Amino acid sequence: MIKAILIFNNHGKPRLIRFYQYFAEDMQQQIIRETFHLVSKRDDNVCNFLEGGSLIGGSDYKLIYRHYATLYFVFCVDSSESELGILDLIQVSTIYIFMTVFVETLDKCFENVCELDLIFHMDKVHYILQEVVMGGMVLETNMNEIVAQVELQNRMEKSEGGLSAAPARAVSAVKNMNLPEIPRNINIGDINIKVPNLSPF
Amino acid sequence: MALKMVKGSIDRIFDKNLQDLVRGVRSHREDEAKYISSCIDEIKQELKQDNIAVKANAVCKLTYLQMLGYDISWAAFNIVEVMSSSKFTYKRIGYLAASQCFHDGTDVIMLTTNQIRKDLSSPNQYDTGVALTGLSCFVTPDLARDLANDIMTLMSHTKPYIRKKAVLIMYKVFLKYPESLRPAFPRLKEKLDDPDPGVQSAAVNVICELARRNPRNYLSLAPLFFKLMTSSTNNWVLIKIIKLFGALTPLEPRLGKKLIEPLTNLIHSTSAMSLLYECVNTVIAVLISLSSGMPNHSASIQVLYTHTHRLFLKYLGLLAMSKILKTHPKSVQSHKDLVLQCLDDKDESIRLRALDLLYGMVSKKNLMEIVKKLMVHVDKAEGTTYRDELLTKIIDICSQSNYQYITNFEWYISILVELTRLEGTRHGHLIASQMLDVAVRVKAIRGFAVVQMATLLDNTTLLAGSGQHKSICEVLYAAAWICGEFSEHLEDPVHTLEAMLRPKVATLPGHIQAIYIQNAAKLFAAVLNGQQGTPDCQTMQESSQLLIDRLPLFVQSADLEVQERASCILQLVKFIQKLQHKEVEVGEEVTALFAGELNPVAPKAQKKVPVPDGLDLDAWINEPPSESESEDEKPVAVFAEEELRHARPHHTEVDEKELARRREARKQEQANNPFYIKASPTSQKDSTGVEHIPVVQIDLSVPLKVPGMSTSDKYLKLEEERRQRERKERGKKEKKKKKKREKRSGMGRRHDSGPESEEDIAPAHMVDIVTEEMPENALSSDDDEKDPNDPYRALDVDLDKPLADSEKLPVRAHRPTNILKSPADDGEVQEVPKEPKKKSKKEKRDKEEERKVRLLWLRCPNGEIQCTCTKSSKHKKKKQKKDKEKEEKKRKKQHGHSGDREGEESVQNGTLEEEPLPVCDIQGNLQNGSQVVVSIIFENKSTSFLKSMEFNVLDSLNSKLQRPEGSGPHDGLTVPFQLPPGVSNEARFIFSVQSIVMPQRLKGTLTFIVKADDSSTHEKLDFKLHFTCSSYLITTPCYSDTFAKLLESADLKGTSVRLQEVSLPFHHLLAKICFHHHFSVVERIDSCASLYSRSIQGHHVCLLVKYAHQTVTIDAKCDESSLLGNVLEEIKKTFSQS
Repeated sequence: MIKAILIFNNHGKPRLIRFYQYFAEDMQQQIIRETFHLVSKRDDNVCNFLEGGSLIGGSDYKLIYRHYATLYFVFCVDSSESELGILDLIQVSTIYIFMTVFVETLDKCFENVCELDLIFHMDKVHYILQEVVMGGMVLETNMNEIVAQVELQNRMEKSEGGLSAAPARAVSAVKNMNLPEIPRNINIGDINIKVPNLSPF
Repeated sequence: MALKMVKGSIDRIFDKNLQDLVRGVRSHREDEAKYISSCIDEIKQELKQDNIAVKANAVCKLTYLQMLGYDISWAAFNIVEVMSSSKFTYKRIGYLAASQCFHDGTDVIMLTTNQIRKDLSSPNQYDTGVALTGLSCFVTPDLARDLANDIMTLMSHTKPYIRKKAVLIMYKVFLKYPESLRPAFPRLKEKLDDPDPGVQSAAVNVICELARRNPRNYLSLAPLFFKLMTSSTNNWVLIKIIKLFGALTPLEPRLGKKLIEPLTNLIHSTSAMSLLYECVNTVIAVLISLSSGMPNHSASIQVLYTHTHRLFLKYLGLLAMSKILKTHPKSVQSHKDLVLQCLDDKDESIRLRALDLLYGMVSKKNLMEIVKKLMVHVDKAEGTTYRDELLTKIIDICSQSNYQYITNFEWYISILVELTRLEGTRHGHLIASQMLDVAVRVKAIRGFAVVQMATLLDNTTLLAGSGQHKSICEVLYAAAWICGEFSEHLEDPVHTLEAMLRPKVATLPGHIQAIYIQNAAKLFAAVLNGQQGTPDCQTMQESSQLLIDRLPLFVQSADLEVQERASCILQLVKFIQKLQHKEVEVGEEVTALFAGELNPVAPKAQKKVPVPDGLDLDAWINEPPSESESEDEKPVAVFAEEELRHARPHHTEVDEKELARRREARKQEQANNPFYIKASPTSQKDSTGVEHIPVVQIDLSVPLKVPGMSTSDKYLKLEEERRQRERKERGKKEKKKKKKREKRSGMGRRHDSGPESEEDIAPAHMVDIVTEEMPENALSSDDDEKDPNDPYRALDVDLDKPLADSEKLPVRAHRPTNILKSPADDGEVQEVPKEPKKKSKKEKRDKEEERKVRLLWLRCPNGEIQCTCTKSSKHKKKKQKKDKEKEEKKRKKQHGHSGDREGEESVQNGTLEEEPLPVCDIQGNLQNGSQVVVSIIFENKSTSFLKSMEFNVLDSLNSKLQRPEGSGPHDGLTVPFQLPPGVSNEARFIFSVQSIVMPQRLKGTLTFIVKADDSSTHEKLDFKLHFTCSSYLITTPCYSDTFAKLLESADLKGTSVRLQEVSLPFHHLLAKICFHHHFSVVERIDSCASLYSRSIQGHHVCLLVKYAHQTVTIDAKCDESSLLGNVLEEIKKTFSQS
């Protein structure tokens, strides 16, 4: 079982938190801080497993993490999950999260995908994650399937929005125009996604 | 209204959405909290609006704030509102927020049951999916019980997407509601063969998770998994299965033999590192379980180490080795150097793993060597956490299995003493308890230990450190106690006495000071005793004077315990001094104060004292005291006293007055007392703050040696010499006669001169490890370790046993599902006109009994409608609804007594009860105001195969079954599945309804072909569908202000109804109305509540329920009076039936 999935940046700011066991909000923040503390002081070239988070679980639980550019992806799992398997999963989910957010943001004339996309689309990242992990258990590992389901749901959301949502979308598109001013010179480590040459709009 | 809508949507454009909020938070870095609190105010305003889009937007923002650590539980009700939106977009937002912040304690969760049920049976698979995902995060025992059956139905949904989620969520349901495991397990097992790989993988996932906790119950699935393992190509599934086999093989060694081959194949063929690793891991488990001789592990270990260049594999390799270690320590011990090497790794995870391994690798032979290496690491280690970890490991390694591997306790004591020199450790307590343990239990070492402890006490470095790192002073506690208790071994008691009473001692924590004083008294007694008989009484007088001089400092202590003991002893000493002046011999009397031998008591001893026959521990001995204060303390004190009496008789003569004061002290003492040597470690102090404590690095070039103290290294050399000597002497012994030897090496001689083996190493001391005392006829119980609160324990059930009726999943419906067990009615069978042949009636009847197709109850998120199906159309009986509360309470009983209930009801109605087939539920279709969806579960209770089922309903003017285009108005609908014996499945039918103001009854028939071995017959079942008005209502939350507006408007017509003699509590009554008639509570004040609901065609129904003296008055308002009349009629019926 996966007990928690945390994504935070190099400064420990949470970008996505997903607990599969209830913790009060302040406890959650404490766990994030502790985890960040544990993970951030490790070199990039040491192994991806970590024991000793005293707040979650205890001895049966391990932290499995990966560091991509500015972000840490941390899974807290018990012994029933395969350590390397979870690493594979992080790979799957991160690639996917990056990809979808990326494709979406292409629409909004972004040039490169990065942490900012996660910041501004936390809800979407959650929806994607829901297709990968459900209630602490791995739901799907097949990327194509995950992509298909998320696409279908997004399409459904669009069709529901219909005309009435159009003005709101327009306004938010205008608001988003300012975004590229924020520095975004971040590369996503070893995930290189070929950017299809799409013209914005 | 239309204008309002437009206005709403224009407003919405300028509402802050999630992105704006994020942007805002980022641009207000300095005053983030202030900005967010203004945002929360804004959100609160938005939540008050009627527009669901605005609400959803607000909830979405709240979800973001939750991530930042803000409590959003106050918005729980709004989240529920958004969840119940009909639009997927909003529903998804609602469920996301719910999954982030709902938990068992959230009270609005109970309001969601119907909503979730509705979503689960929604025609849109994503509505269902989103509900399942949400539910998986906040499922409570209540939800699990109420929804288990709906989810089980979803496990055979047509869409794999839903099946997969439903299968996975079952695990959560099992955890919360273990009774559901057995009924659901057969279907779960079926899903292992599902054509969709995703569903299959989910089923494997769930079963593996279950099996991990209770593997024995799943052994019977091994062949199935074996097949899957050889056929599946999905790595994830393979990993799970292989992990499962790893858990199963220890239970069934034959399995292991079979596994080796396919696993080896996988190892050679797979390219996935994760799979490879799991394979190797399981191979190891298999090899361990094979008891046939000693298989060569080095092969598998080699596999692990071919990949050590990959860092994480090094870690995992160590992990795997620790598994081998448990059973075959020898094969790992040869890799000792490798493991020790890992201690130098810069990765802390690897170092910790290696430490774990070392724990298992020690033997008598290498213990000293390993510990020495560890000590070197302790000195080198950076960071307190790791150093503390090393320290605990050293102690663990040495003390494991009752000091099994320690041959020289002097060495161990010196190690402990060396460890006290560690700065900033937080395991002082641990070291202290080890010292006490060793000194108490190893008699031979006491002399040495006392000398060492005296040096420790004399040494002021520990006292100096007491300011910041309190933990290490705990060592002084042990030192003082040992010196006092075994004072006969002291070389210079007076000097130690002086050391114990230095003014600086007053800076120590209270409990240590107390021990100091108590043991100073013991020492004093020893001094007196020692000087007895010598004519020179100067020493005695000096020491009493010393006490009298120094003790007043402690009498002023702020610590009660210290103060009390100090003043006690001060008075005693004064008295003694007086006697001394009179030259009275007091030595013996004073020593008698501290007489008595200490024996260690096993930590569980207290628990294991058998309760004598006829003693009821829960009964009051005296009348319960009125004051609650003393209550808490008394029982504890009683036990504590008893225990002390057991060990130290002189404690029993405590002055009655002091008793109360001493209780507290005793409790404190208990925690630290050597009687409790193995009590759980209490040193789990705040671990988070440790990092911030500035750590003084030890400069190693000048090792801190406590003057006059032995170092452990010395012992290492000594030990080697000793062993060599022993070996030599053993050689000599064959030729020569026994020589007088040094006392130390006198033990454990062996007469063979072969190479030194483990057993040959003789302990250096007469190791008298005193066994812990247990009470007489202690209860031997193995379940000590088990935690009764373990959630997984409940899931330990036998899955192969056939299901008993009482184990069926609880249904919200109204009739126990085992109705068919009621005796078949003779008359009825005779009246059946369709019976084709006229053979022996009895035979026919039996056959008939078997062929029943049951329309099972069904639970839908929204409403229910009653439907009775009887074998003969002559006898119909309307179903009775059961009250939900009752159902909860009596769930178990009901199944047992269902037969009786059945009988009662029949008599009451004056009709003959035929096999009435249970109820199905009907829900209004939210999207379409004139549609209802009827879901029916068909269950084949017979032993024959049923196929070609056709479902037909005689349409009325008002309600029509929706048939596919092109079919006639009387054609039946084909049920899209066949039913093998014992299988159930669900089908949905859509009805169009024109007017919803009246209840409806529709007659229908189900025709089907029964396929027996040789022949097949056509059979028919009649049933009735009852559409109540309540089933057209949809639970809709409503605000009190909107509600007030509704009531004020003139459109609503009112009526009222009185229910007499309702004995239910008011909240039950409300729950009942909400549950059966789909209302939601708007507001409740004492015994008065307002309820609201809406029909699928948009009629508002408002109720005001008042309750007084068993009479319920319901004032109701609705814009459609006949609908209202009927609903009230139904509510009345609900209560008259209960």
